[in-house]
Amino acid sequence: MAGFFHQNLSYFLSGISVGGQYALIAIGYTMVYGILRLINFAHGDVFMCAGLVMVYLSASLPFAVSVPLVLVFTVALGFLIERVAYKPLRSAPRMSVMISAIGVSYLLQNAALYFTGGLAKVYPEIPFLSRSVVIWDASTRVVTLVTPFLTVILVVLLTLLIKHTKIGMAMRAVSRDFETSQLMGIKINRVISITFMIGSFLAAVASLLYFTNYASVTPTSGSMPGLKAFVAAVFGGIGSIPGAVIGAFIIGICENIIKGGATIFGIPGSGWTTFSDAFTFAFLIVILVVKPTGLFGEKAVDKV
Amino acid sequence: MDREKRNHLIRIAAAIAVVYGVILILEFTLRPTSILFTVLRKGAIYSLVAVSMNLLNGFTGLFSLGQAGFMLIGAYTYAILTMPVSVKQSERVYKYYECIVGFDTGSLIGLIAAGLMAAFFAFLIGLPVLRLKSDYLAIATLGFAEIVRAIFQWDVLGPLTNGANLLREYKDLTRIYLPFTDIPFPPTLFVFIVAGVCILLIVLLINSSYGRAFKAIRDDETAAEAMGINLFRHKELSFVISSFFAGISGALLAMFQYTVQAQQFKTMMTYEILLIVVIGGIGSISGSCIASFLYIALSEWWLRGLDMGEFLGIAAPDLFRSGFRRLVFSVIIMVIVLFFSKGLMGDKELSYEHLKQKLSSLRKKRRASA
Amino acid sequence: MKKVLLLALTVLVSASMLFAGGSGEEDSTVVKIGVFEPASGDNGAGGKQETLGIQYANYVTPTVNIGGTDYTVELVIADNESSNDRAATAAATLVNAGVSVVLGSYGSGVSIAGSDTFRVGGVPAIGVTCTNPQVTEGNTHYFRICYLDPFQGTVLANYAYDTLGARKVYCLAKLGDDYSGGLVNYFVERFTSLGGEVVSETFPEGNSDFTSYIANAKNSGCEVFFSPVSTEAAQLIINQADSQGLGMPILAGDTWDSNVILQAAKGKDADITVTTFYPEGADPEFDAAFKAWVNADSTRLANNGGDDTISAVTAMGYDAYNFALQALQNAGSKDPADVMEALWGTEIDGVTGHIALDDVNGDAIRNTVYVKHANTETGGWDALPAVVVD
Repeated sequence: MAGFFHQNLSYFLSGISVGGQYALIAIGYTMVYGILRLINFAHGDVFMCAGLVMVYLSASLPFAVSVPLVLVFTVALGFLIERVAYKPLRSAPRMSVMISAIGVSYLLQNAALYFTGGLAKVYPEIPFLSRSVVIWDASTRVVTLVTPFLTVILVVLLTLLIKHTKIGMAMRAVSRDFETSQLMGIKINRVISITFMIGSFLAAVASLLYFTNYASVTPTSGSMPGLKAFVAAVFGGIGSIPGAVIGAFIIGICENIIKGGATIFGIPGSGWTTFSDAFTFAFLIVILVVKPTGLFGEKAVDKV
Repeated sequence: MDREKRNHLIRIAAAIAVVYGVILILEFTLRPTSILFTVLRKGAIYSLVAVSMNLLNGFTGLFSLGQAGFMLIGAYTYAILTMPVSVKQSERVYKYYECIVGFDTGSLIGLIAAGLMAAFFAFLIGLPVLRLKSDYLAIATLGFAEIVRAIFQWDVLGPLTNGANLLREYKDLTRIYLPFTDIPFPPTLFVFIVAGVCILLIVLLINSSYGRAFKAIRDDETAAEAMGINLFRHKELSFVISSFFAGISGALLAMFQYTVQAQQFKTMMTYEILLIVVIGGIGSISGSCIASFLYIALSEWWLRGLDMGEFLGIAAPDLFRSGFRRLVFSVIIMVIVLFFSKGLMGDKELSYEHLKQKLSSLRKKRRASA
Repeated sequence: MKKVLLLALTVLVSASMLFAGGSGEEDSTVVKIGVFEPASGDNGAGGKQETLGIQYANYVTPTVNIGGTDYTVELVIADNESSNDRAATAAATLVNAGVSVVLGSYGSGVSIAGSDTFRVGGVPAIGVTCTNPQVTEGNTHYFRICYLDPFQGTVLANYAYDTLGARKVYCLAKLGDDYSGGLVNYFVERFTSLGGEVVSETFPEGNSDFTSYIANAKNSGCEVFFSPVSTEAAQLIINQADSQGLGMPILAGDTWDSNVILQAAKGKDADITVTTFYPEGADPEFDAAFKAWVNADSTRLANNGGDDTISAVTAMGYDAYNFALQALQNAGSKDPADVMEALWGTEIDGVTGHIALDDVNGDAIRNTVYVKHANTETGGWDALPAVVVD
C-alpha cells in the first residue's frame, strides 16, 4: 500500500492541488445557487479574468501590490456583474437570468479574446509559490502543497463567517426563504452582493494558485475549471459548502488518476485519457440518479 | 373548416411558397459562393435545431442542454453512412484505422438514420435523466453531451468514427442529386426543404393532443398529472422527438460544412442555440426561426467588417481587429437579454393578424402623440 | 431607455446590412491574395508569425506583373481561429472576397477543414507549413511548399533512436488534432520498425494540467518525451516538465520552432530539440532586413512574440507569397482557375531553399530537415547539423 502510494505520489499531489483550486471556485457557484437558485455560468470566466489581470498588472508592478489589486479587481468585477446583469432580472423568469449568465460568460470570453489578441498569456512566477520542492521522491511546486491547506483555512473562515456573523445569518435566512426574509427586513440586495463578492474573492485566490501551477492564461482557460467546479458543487449537493469542497477534491483526484490510468494500473492504451473530462460528468450523472440532490443537498419539497 | 381559418392557412401556404420561389431564383442567379447562401443555409439549419430545442424548453418546460450532443450523433451517423465505400477503403479519410462499415447509403436514408440514431440515444439517456428536475436536468443533459463527445473521440471506436479525426468526402451539399439523375440538387433549396418539412412536423405535433399535453406539463406538472397525463411518458416522448430533429439538423450541418469533427460540438454550441431560442421568444416557433437567421446573418455576415479593419465605411484597423466582431456581438446579445427579455416574439407566432395589430397599435400611438 | 436601445440596435443592424452588401467598386489593377491563417486560438502565435512573413513579402514586393500589366497585390486576411469549424466560414469569406489564390494555413486540421470550401469556390490554395499528407492528398486545388509528416516523422524517429540512443519514447498528441496525431503516427511507425518501443497518449482540448502525463512518462521508464503539439500546450509542458523534474530530452516538430518556446524554456531545466524548415542565419540578408522591418513597428513586434527572433514559419510565409506571385506571373491572368493550372509548374528559389512541386499531389520536393536545440541560457536556438535524406 505504502509502496503503491509512494510510486504514484505525483498523481495524488496534482489531484489534491487541482481539487483544492476547484473547491475554491465551487464555493462561488454553490453560494450563489443557494441564494438565487442561479447557475452562475460566468463564474469560471471571472476566474479567468482574475488570471489575465494578474498577467497585465505584474508586468509593471511588484507582487506585493499586484496580488492585492487582483483580489480587489475580481471582487469589484463580481459585484459589477451582479448589479448589471442579474439585479435587473430579479423578478424575471429563472431562465432569463440563466441566459443572462451565459451572455456574461460569452462577453467576458470575447473581451478577453479581443484584448489579448487571442494569444496565450504567460502567467508570472510568484517567487515563493513557484519554487520546486521534492517530497518523498516526487518533485513538485510549493503551490501544490500550499493549496489544500489554504483551501481548508479559507473554508473554515467562511463557515465561521456564515455561522456566527450577522451577515452570515442573513445569508442563511435568504437562502432558506427569499420572500420571507425580505419581509423580515433583511436587505436582500446587500446580501446578494456580498455573496457574489465572497465568491469572486475565492475565485481570485483560486486563480493565483491554479495559474501558478499551469502558467498560461487564454480566454477559454476558465470554462473547463469552471464547469468542473460547478459539477463539484452539484455533486456535493448544491448550496452546501462542505459538499462542494469534498466534491471538488474527489473530482480533482479522480481526474488525475484517470490520466495516469495506463501507468498506475498497468493497462496500456491511450483510451484512458480521452475520458478524463467526460468522467467528471459520468460520475455526476450517476450521483444525480442515485441521490438527486447531491451528497449533502437538502431534499426539495414540492409545494402544491 | 371555417372561413377565417381557411384564409389563414392559405396565407401561410402562399408566404411559404414565395420564400421557396425566391430561394430557387437566387440559386440560379447568384454566384454559388455568395455569402448570402452561407447565411441562408446555416440559418435554416439553426432554425431547425432551435425549434427542436424550443419544443423541449418552450413547450414542454424541460430545461435540457444536450442539443449539441444529439447534433453530434446525427452528424456522425450521416457522415459515416453516406461516405462512399471507395473513400472508406482508401487512406483519404480513415488514415489510421481500417473502416469497418462496408456499405454506404443515399443522403435521404442517411438523414433519417441520423435522426433515428439521435432519438435512440435520447431514449436511453431519457430513462434515468428525465426524472430529474429543472437545473439538475440541465446539468445532467449537458454532461451527457460531453460524454457523447468523448465517446465519439475514443480511439477504440476509431474503425467506426475515425477516432477524433475529421470525417469528410461524404455526401455533402455539393454531392446530392435529383433522384435517379445526375443533375445536382440546388443545395440551399435542399436545406430549406428538409428543415421546412421537419419544422412543419413539429408544428403539427404541437397543435395535436400531444402538444396540448406538453403545454399542460409545462404550465403545471402536478395539475397535469392530476388530469391523467402520464408525466414520464410525455416527457420522454418530447425528449426523443426533439432529439430526432436535433440529429437531422446535425446531419444537415455536416452536409453544409463539408467536414465534421466531434471537437466542434461543445457546450458553447448548445448555449448558442439556447440564446437563439431566447432571443426569438421561448415558446414561439416563428420567433426561433427569425432569430436564427438574424443571429447567423449578424455573426457571419453583417458584422464581419468589424474583424477585417473596415466597418460601415470606417477604416480603423487598430480598433477593428480580429475578435472585435465577437465582442460587439456579445454586447448586443447582453442588451437584448437584459432589456428585451421576452425576445422578439414573446410566446406569440408571427402571422398576418399579429403584424396588422402591431402596425395599428403603432399608428394609434403616433396619432395619440400628435 | 428601452426605445433608445431598440432604435440604436435597429440602426446598427440595418446600417451594417447595407454596408455588408456593397463591397465597393472592384479595382481592375488589384489582384487579391487570401491569407488563411489563425490569429487566435491554439495556433494563434504561429499563425501570426506566418502572416508576418507574408506581410513582409508584400511590403518588399507590393506589385506583380501579370500579362504585361502591373497589378497591386492586396492581402485579404481571414482568421480561422485555429478551429476546424470556423475554418469553413473563414475560407468562404476569402472566396467571397474574390481572391485569386489563398496562402495557408499554419496547422493541418484547419487546412483540411477549409479545403472543400476552396474546392467548391474554385480557388487554389498553397499550404505554407501544414505538414499532414491529407491536406493535398486526392485533390487538385491544394498545393504545399513545405515537407510532409511521413518525412519529418522518420527524421525525428531516426534522431531519437540513433543520435539520442533512446529505445523507449513517450509520445503525447492532442486529441483530434491532425497535426500532432499524424506526426506521432509516422514517428511511431518508424521508431517501432527500428526496434524501439513507444508509450503513446493523447490529451483533450482545453487541458492545462500536464503533470500526470509527465509522471506517466517518468514512471513508464521512457527516455525521450516526444510531443509535437501546439505552442500553447508546449509552454505548459515545458513549465511543468521543469517543476516535475522530467529529466529526459524533449523532442518536437516544426511547431515548436518559435520564440514562444524559447521564452518558456529560458532559465528552465529543459533539453529541447526540434526539427524545422529554416534556421535563422541561413540567409543573413533576409534576416537583417526582416528584423529591421519588425522592429520598426510595435504591432509587428507584438505579433512576432515580442522580440525579433525569426521563426521558420515566417520565412516560409515569405516564400509562399513569392511562390504565389510567380504562379500569377506564369498564369498570365488573375483568374483562380488559370493560377491553379500554372501552380503545378511553378518553381522559385526561396530563402528556405529551392521550391518545386511534385506532379502527384502538388507537394514540395524537399529533402532537408533543419534541427535546432534550445539554449536555455541565452534564450536562442543552437543549430545542429541538418539532416538530408535522399
